[in-house]
Amino acid sequence: MLREILAHYNYWIVIVLMMTGFYIVVSRGNLVKKLVGLNIFQTSVFLLYISMGKVAGGSAPILDPDIKVYANPLPHVLILTAIVVGVATTALGLALVVRIREAYGTIEEDELDLMDDEA
Amino acid sequence: MGATAIVVLRLRSLFAVVMLSGIYSFLAASMFVALDAVDVAFTEAAVGAGISTVLMLATLALTGSRERIPVHTPPLPLLVVLVTGAALIYATFDMPAFGDPAAPANLHVAPRYLGDSGHEIGIPNVVTSVLASYRGYDTLGEVTVIFTAGVAVMLLLGGRRGQDAGRKRGDDDAGDAV
Amino acid sequence: MKHHRVLRVAAKLLIPFILLFALYVQFHGDFGPGGGFQAGVIFAAAFILYGLIFGLENARKVAPPALVTRLVALGLLLYAGVGYGGLLRGGNYLDYGVLLENSVAGQHLGILLIEFGVGTTVAATMISIFFLFAGRDT
Repeated sequence: MLREILAHYNYWIVIVLMMTGFYIVVSRGNLVKKLVGLNIFQTSVFLLYISMGKVAGGSAPILDPDIKVYANPLPHVLILTAIVVGVATTALGLALVVRIREAYGTIEEDELDLMDDEA
Repeated sequence: MGATAIVVLRLRSLFAVVMLSGIYSFLAASMFVALDAVDVAFTEAAVGAGISTVLMLATLALTGSRERIPVHTPPLPLLVVLVTGAALIYATFDMPAFGDPAAPANLHVAPRYLGDSGHEIGIPNVVTSVLASYRGYDTLGEVTVIFTAGVAVMLLLGGRRGQDAGRKRGDDDAGDAV
Repeated sequence: MKHHRVLRVAAKLLIPFILLFALYVQFHGDFGPGGGFQAGVIFAAAFILYGLIFGLENARKVAPPALVTRLVALGLLLYAGVGYGGLLRGGNYLDYGVLLENSVAGQHLGILLIEFGVGTTVAATMISIFFLFAGRDT
């Protein structure tokens, strides 16, 4: 029973990281910090996929006549592209932050709300 | 990794936060190597620790590197996070065990890719053959997303205020559209 | 950072090898870890390093922004074009097997070309994003 429960430890690591990232996103007002939190969240999802593709005793999915067991290559493909897309979208987010800073002079969320209410 | 993430949460100096997020990416990359995903680890090390750190530092140079200390921390976010986390942990008990070769994810298309790509595509790296050939549409879509994100950044930052960027490109399409 | 002699010399030593490594990753992706996505990022990293050490003006001379923005679209067009090549040869879209007489050789050619397209788009996007961020004055 205990063994069965402990066999899920990879998901718990993912959840802890995911919730830390989520907490940074919802509780911190600075927009750059929010993006860092989003990155942490994103990496935890990558880890979730890759850990599901791991096969005990397997090897990296590069074919070799001597190796019989490989890790599942499909999550690797999905996450590989997701990482590069992730940095492109992060760059887009940062560009928005730069424009917000130029328009409002601040990147703190509550100050932005205050200025919008006044306008 | 968890410790790095929590320090990111606590720190107020955004410069340190960005450097730590680079370290976090490196740790994630080593984790991916341990999980046999060498291609992914390679990408994470190059992208997460390299390019994103540079871009974030460039942003900090434009926006200032101190986070303002909040007046009060409301308890609601912490509550939401704890409840969500508990629900997710409850859900994991139905998931297949770590490293289980009989997990549903490992039974559907993966055996076909591993078994047949050797003589169908003829290259040893299965990740490349799935990426480029079996799931070529998928990758075409991803490249389009990168292209679109690049164009969006050009539209946002290529305008008048970034003077020499705009003028240097002259009659460029992105410059005109702004 | 032009006045740091150590950085300047070290960067001059490193950049050719970074570029060479990027090309190796690009064209050796079939056999080991690597491929267009990683190679593009590493290639861009070499230009970003150059830009950081020798200044943005010099980096713009090495990689003219007008050219780089065109390469962003060109890589994607190469990818999509290979797909149409498959259509013209009587196969499905993005079916590389029909590109050459031998199906496996066709797959090789198709993968090489689309990985090159991916690498071009990724590298050009990253370089132009860096130029835009660094060229923005405070």
